[in-house]
Amino acid sequence: MAALKFTEGTKNLQLIKSNSVTFDIQKKKMTAHQLQPNSWVDSYADYLFNYAVVRVSDAEIAKDLVQETFFAGLKSAKNYKGDAAERTWLIAILKRKVIDHYRKINSNKGKAEVRMKYSSSSDSEGDWLEQQVADPYSTLENSAIENEELGLAIHSCISKLPKKQAQVFKMKTIQGISTEDICNELDINPSNLWVMIHRARTALMGCLNENWY
Amino acid sequence: MISCDEAAVICNKNQYGEASFVDKLKFRFHVFLCKTCSVFTKKNTHLTTLCEKANLQGLSEQEKLRMKEQLQNKP
Repeated sequence: MAALKFTEGTKNLQLIKSNSVTFDIQKKKMTAHQLQPNSWVDSYADYLFNYAVVRVSDAEIAKDLVQETFFAGLKSAKNYKGDAAERTWLIAILKRKVIDHYRKINSNKGKAEVRMKYSSSSDSEGDWLEQQVADPYSTLENSAIENEELGLAIHSCISKLPKKQAQVFKMKTIQGISTEDICNELDINPSNLWVMIHRARTALMGCLNENWY
Repeated sequence: MISCDEAAVICNKNQYGEASFVDKLKFRFHVFLCKTCSVFTKKNTHLTTLCEKANLQGLSEQEKLRMKEQLQNKP
């Protein structure tokens, strides 16, 4: 009888606590991180895409790899132990996907596909003659790795911004859409847009200041 | 003389090459006198160069929407 009362008591307690976050964490065996697949695309798509695109240097392939990563993530979500943060876990999957991609194009099947090239050297990046001209002003090679890390740092800072600000900033800076078009699409007025840009930029300056230098 | 807020707006516009000539003149004059805005401008310009240097790539909203749909249809 006493035990019954006791369980009733805890049930009530749980009902009271069910609105608080602490209860959810206790219920799921104190895992530090949890997967939220519904917010994956919004939160990590750009970050993962940036990671992939510098490795495969083709936007279409990179997009496919990111998509595959999300699929694989969903499939093996039950194996997720919560040791690493969601993003780290997804990056780990993406890394395997990138390796698989190179394995596939270097396999016998991939090599059997006919690829037309203007130059005979197979390991050069550009096929067209114009792409093979040496660029005397290029400093890209020296700081390619640094720039890649910078890109990831900026993206993780962007993902910390409020959703609307991040959207406006991305549209303006990354996709280079004109002010008018953004205003039309999001149904805001220009001064509104510039305020959002201003807040986003100020926040980014602070964030990069902490994480990059 | 324009206020610091107005100067900041012009500075941001200038990062995207959208400030008018008159705006730029007003802005230069303000920055010449205002230490705080001068620091802000320096940082802001630096952010622009960083963004250019990183060669940021992103997915458009349509592509993300398509991804979401495919993700929901798959399982």
